[in-house]
Amino acid sequence: MSGLTPIEHGKQLLAVENISLSFGGVKALTDVSFDIKAGEVRAIIGPNGAGKTSMLNVINGFYHPQIGRVVHRGEARTGRRPHEAARRGIGRTFQNVALFKGLSTLDNIMAGRTLKMTRGFFWQCLRFGPALAEEIDHRAKVEEIIDFLEIQHIRKTPVGKLPYGLKKRVELGRALAQEPELLLLDEPMAGMNLEEKEDMSRFILDIRETYGTTIALIEHDMGVVMDLSDRVVVLEYGRKIADGTPDEVQNDQTVIDAYLGRSH
Amino acid sequence: MFYREVGQFKSTYAADMAVFPIRQDRIGILVLLAIAVVVLPLVSNDFVLTSILIPGLIFTLAAIGLNILTGYAGQISLGTGAFMGVGAYAAYKLANAFPEVNLLVWILCSGVFSAGIGVIFGLPSLRIKGLYLAVTTLAAQFFLEWCFVRMGWLTDYSSSGAIEAVRRTLFGLSISGPEADPLTRYFVVLGLVVFLTWITSNLVHGRIGRTWMMVRDMDIAAELMGVRLLPAKLLAFAVSSYLAGVAGAMMVFFWLGAAEPSAFGITLSFQVLFMVIIGGLGSLLGSWLGAAFIWALPVVIKFAPGLVGIDVPSARVEHVNSMIVGALIIFFLIVEPHGLARLWAVTKQKLRVWPFPW
Repeated sequence: MSGLTPIEHGKQLLAVENISLSFGGVKALTDVSFDIKAGEVRAIIGPNGAGKTSMLNVINGFYHPQIGRVVHRGEARTGRRPHEAARRGIGRTFQNVALFKGLSTLDNIMAGRTLKMTRGFFWQCLRFGPALAEEIDHRAKVEEIIDFLEIQHIRKTPVGKLPYGLKKRVELGRALAQEPELLLLDEPMAGMNLEEKEDMSRFILDIRETYGTTIALIEHDMGVVMDLSDRVVVLEYGRKIADGTPDEVQNDQTVIDAYLGRSH
Repeated sequence: MFYREVGQFKSTYAADMAVFPIRQDRIGILVLLAIAVVVLPLVSNDFVLTSILIPGLIFTLAAIGLNILTGYAGQISLGTGAFMGVGAYAAYKLANAFPEVNLLVWILCSGVFSAGIGVIFGLPSLRIKGLYLAVTTLAAQFFLEWCFVRMGWLTDYSSSGAIEAVRRTLFGLSISGPEADPLTRYFVVLGLVVFLTWITSNLVHGRIGRTWMMVRDMDIAAELMGVRLLPAKLLAFAVSSYLAGVAGAMMVFFWLGAAEPSAFGITLSFQVLFMVIIGGLGSLLGSWLGAAFIWALPVVIKFAPGLVGIDVPSARVEHVNSMIVGALIIFFLIVEPHGLARLWAVTKQKLRVWPFPW
């Protein structure tokens, strides 16, 4: 996995410590801490505007928090850029699909392998010998992912033409192609019907099963969250209000209040 | 009917990933090359060579250069003319400073200088996007043009302010300067342009080309795949300016014979930009078609009445020409906003199912 020494399952892979993030006067996150253990499915839930996506952006390096730090693989990194996070084995999908719309499904997933391709400019100019061999090796890997996600039939279709559900699946494939150690999924099932949600849930579990990937996901469908995840952290208005197993969280009074409102 | 890929099974990824995966395309490209090498030289007179074929090829290379930047990497540039100028002046200085080295070496090296200048003017692209970036490249255009006029050193303090193609030979044949035969120049230009198109095609089909398209389509996702945006964009600027620079050097040495600073003005930048837009952004074929359309078509229209024996005053031909070309540009953009290359792709798709399109 990205040349990183694997972390034993159950050990801490990543922790966010006392993260506070604000944009001008808007406080997106206030003093949030939680950890993600290797091999688990960790859900981040909360009402709209709770700061879930901001949290993922902090982990990724898109946002840099004013206070607090992200400890990844035992190293505290604050000013990390997204491409460095990618190098350190963090993959990601977006809430509003962020595919390369001019490229085919195949090229989109190949794009996920960019970091693993090492041949330089000279060989790329010739597209011959080592460069071609490398391209073919990675194509074989990409085909494995295409098989895994059952999207063989849209291999050569430009992704702009695909329906929403398939776009989400291609995006998952692109993130998988990076062979991430930690996969951040931002609402992988938003806007899907029941069948598609079931498919996606199966893929998420299969990914963990097959590749041993640690998964952190944001999701609004409580049924899915409770079934899939090992531990759940709940955010509201940028603050953490609960953290624990699905059962604990479900019965937590503050969480119920956050979702259903309080009786006055 | 004949354009079918039925029965052409690919059993390796290499075959599937080939630049021309369909057999008819491979045959087609060989036929075109054969026409360019054998038939065109036989049927063309000096006029056709010097006014259509040679400049057409040179503009094709410039258009490919801009297409790398605008079509593949998504960075709009209006500085192509100036970058071509940098190549031309660099080749002129180098060829005069080291006359014993073959001219072709200097033509290919001249692009390195325009690439360097291109990278410098590409630096703002990290922060500035879209039309605003176009304005910063406009600064490159005006600044470099000013340099061509004011820096006498560039022209070796020539009194006319122009640079002239020096006399050089290749294998004993004169390829540059007043005595060079148009046919020889045509072959040199054809060779260089086909070679550089091949290199560029390799680049855009591999990792680097994919990186450019990732930056173009969704830069935040590209970053997440581990792409560092600034180096990726600067590489696009470098390759693009390199090709433009080589095209500029060829323009002076193999076509015009001499050039003043005004030859590399904003008009040239726009001309190349139109070729890229009409031909199709993000397509090498498009650059070829676009250059043929914008450059060759007006020349053909201009001389068509004379060829069929109709005597029309040249001023009138000029006016009608502008109208026809303008109308055709609008026509093609309405039929297919994505350019001639897309039109060709659609035609190919239709040919595959013809005559039973359902």
